[in-house]
Amino acid sequence: MAKKIMAVDDSATIRQVLSFTLQGAGFEVTEAEDGQDALEKLVSDPPDMLITDLNMPRMDGIQLIKEVRQSSWGKFIPILMLTTESQEAKKQEGKAAGASAWLVKPFKPEQLLAIINVVLL
Amino acid sequence: MTMDQYAETFREETLELLSELEVGLLELEQNPEDVDVIGRVFRALHTVKGSAGMIGFDEISQFTHEVETVFELVRSGGLPVTGELVNLTLAARDIIKEMLDKNLGGESVDPEIADQLVAALRGLVPTQDDFSANGVAEAEELITSESEEATYHIRFRPPANIFHRGIQPQGLLQELSRLGTCRVIAQTDSIPRLDELDAELCYLYWDIILTTEHDEDRIHDVFIFVEDDCELKILPINEDLLAQSGEGGRLGDILVQHGDLSRDDLERVLQAQNKPKLGEVLVQAGVVTGAQLDVALEVQAEVKRQKQKREAVEESSSIRVRSEKLDSLVDLIGELVTVQARLSQTSAGQDDPVLNEIAEEVERLTWEMRDHILNIRMLPIGTTFSSFQRLVRDLSQELGKEAVLVTAGAETELDKTVIDRLGDPLVHLIRNSIDHGLESPEVRHKAGKPEQGTIFLSATHSGANVILEVRDDGGGINLNAIRERAKSRGLLTSEMETSEAELINLIFSPGFSTVGEVSSVSGRGVGMDVVKQAIDSLRGSIAVTSVEGKGTTFTIKLPLTLAIIDGLLVQVAGEKFVLPLSAVEECIELSRQDVASANNRNLIKVRGEIVPYLRLRERFRLNGKPPEIEQVVIAEAMGQRVGFAVDHVIGEHQTVIKALGQMYRDIKGLSGATILGDGTVALILDLPPLVQEAEADERILTDSVH
Repeated sequence: MAKKIMAVDDSATIRQVLSFTLQGAGFEVTEAEDGQDALEKLVSDPPDMLITDLNMPRMDGIQLIKEVRQSSWGKFIPILMLTTESQEAKKQEGKAAGASAWLVKPFKPEQLLAIINVVLL
Repeated sequence: MTMDQYAETFREETLELLSELEVGLLELEQNPEDVDVIGRVFRALHTVKGSAGMIGFDEISQFTHEVETVFELVRSGGLPVTGELVNLTLAARDIIKEMLDKNLGGESVDPEIADQLVAALRGLVPTQDDFSANGVAEAEELITSESEEATYHIRFRPPANIFHRGIQPQGLLQELSRLGTCRVIAQTDSIPRLDELDAELCYLYWDIILTTEHDEDRIHDVFIFVEDDCELKILPINEDLLAQSGEGGRLGDILVQHGDLSRDDLERVLQAQNKPKLGEVLVQAGVVTGAQLDVALEVQAEVKRQKQKREAVEESSSIRVRSEKLDSLVDLIGELVTVQARLSQTSAGQDDPVLNEIAEEVERLTWEMRDHILNIRMLPIGTTFSSFQRLVRDLSQELGKEAVLVTAGAETELDKTVIDRLGDPLVHLIRNSIDHGLESPEVRHKAGKPEQGTIFLSATHSGANVILEVRDDGGGINLNAIRERAKSRGLLTSEMETSEAELINLIFSPGFSTVGEVSSVSGRGVGMDVVKQAIDSLRGSIAVTSVEGKGTTFTIKLPLTLAIIDGLLVQVAGEKFVLPLSAVEECIELSRQDVASANNRNLIKVRGEIVPYLRLRERFRLNGKPPEIEQVVIAEAMGQRVGFAVDHVIGEHQTVIKALGQMYRDIKGLSGATILGDGTVALILDLPPLVQEAEADERILTDSVH
């Protein structure tokens, strides 16, 4: 069965890029626009992995990670955070919150898949 | 560099690769699944193709490409190695060789032959959808990246809470294993008792021995998401790091270096140790766990492997020099030896201690240099041996016999010139063994022998000589057949009594063959006499022994080098001559009385045995009277003892052989000349032709008397 990945980003373009790349690699993809949206969808249909942007309206990525790590189902799932070069402090914050890995935007599809390859078994 | 030089380099390289290819293919025939050999065969083809393409030998390049393509498939496991594949590839190898010979001369090979072979090779491939296009690029990549492999010892201890970050250590280990070959050893010594165990924490850590072509940074990249929080050590494993002792890094040192064992603990246990296996003692003493020991043992093994690999590389590191350059070096050292001899002789007459000292020093250095230079020309004879494998294989197929060639002493070194000129006689002997020596499988079976006959080819050093032996376990030489044959050719009369040895040696007589029917293999008009001549021309000797029903052995004795011989310096009528010392047996005085008692016939009694001798004075028509007491040098020539009467025997002489000029080259009985210490020239005698000529003259003489 195909592994399920949720892509969380407020940018439709990024979501599209993620979906396209992941579906192309055989994953099932669900999308969410921000942390709040994600949490609502996650509860009913928990994925195998989460990819999230950090800077988002309503609930940012850091908070989302914290929430997921506190849930019973999301304690151990891999979480990939998407950062930008200027966000070194955010990266540390995300790691502390429980992010498994990070990827700096802009990224190439191969880079994304390479990381998933390592963290998602 | 001109194009010609490129072509020459290419030719040499390709010839080498082709013989590698041949050896590899023959090995494959024995072990069809040996991946290393398949790789070697493939690389040989690949390199030939590549370099041919580079310098514009398109015919070779294109043809080799086709063969390579098939082998690419073999390498990837898509095609098994079969006898047919080996046969075809051997044939392809021959075509490449032919192309090489012809292309260099501006000709080309009949394209039909090549096309046929390509078609046959392709026929072996099950489905051949676009197989010629793909694969090769991939192979290229594999070949280029192969060279710079390194091995690392990686210690990875993740933070205990790694699972809470959604990271599975297996994922990282898997990623690592994609970088190369790796061996992972899990360390379990931190796992607490079950009642203290928190299932959400990670207690394990890992040691990984990774051999990879990637660099250290790439390994760090694998751990990038955990590196800040985990314990990660990446140590390149190499000899420098651990080479304090001879045995590839001592186990205790490795464990201490890993931090698994303190130096104090090690010393303590070492003191108590009284059996050889330190590892077991350490584990028993409880200072190291079994898994930690495994890692250290693995590292130790890797260091050993690297050491062996390096030694193998060092062995083969060499430079290529044209043999002409070495020849001229040998010529020069010859001149130097001559000048040095003059210096020594001059200084000896001067009574000047300073000059004497210099002369002695020069002499010492010259001889040392001579030995070294002659040594450079020495090559292991094994290169010739490997080409015989093919010969035996092809011949036994052709003749319907089963034969295997077993070689020994391939590392024995001989002068290059000798090796080059040895090829033909050895080929002939081996042919002969298979054709005449070995029986057919049925006959062998009946005789209770294994159906597969064996031909042994061995080389060993023996003083200043090399002994080569070609031995078969066939039927042996039929002495009666030789006797009959000899009689019919008038070499023997029925009354003559002959010993076995004499009989057997008749096979070296010109045109002698006991096989009624001439086969395509041995009966090419070349008899054993030609073999003997070739060996003689190398200043060697050949002997044969045979046991009927058990087999035949040919033993060839060869000098290590042709450039310098030990000679016996003699004088006749003021002229000096050198006899090869290897042939000389002893020297006997010859008084006028002795001559008279033999009725002026050239015969001398040597401890009861009558030995004929010839007078060098007469042979070379030198003037003057011989001294009252002459010397006869008894030597072996043409399988018999012959004496050479001279005025004086001067003594042993290290002789640097110089070829005679064009004008004198065809004179029989002289093999060259040498320059003596006083600058005069001495001729070097070639004994067998001298004896032959003398015998011929004698026959004319006696015939005319009758």
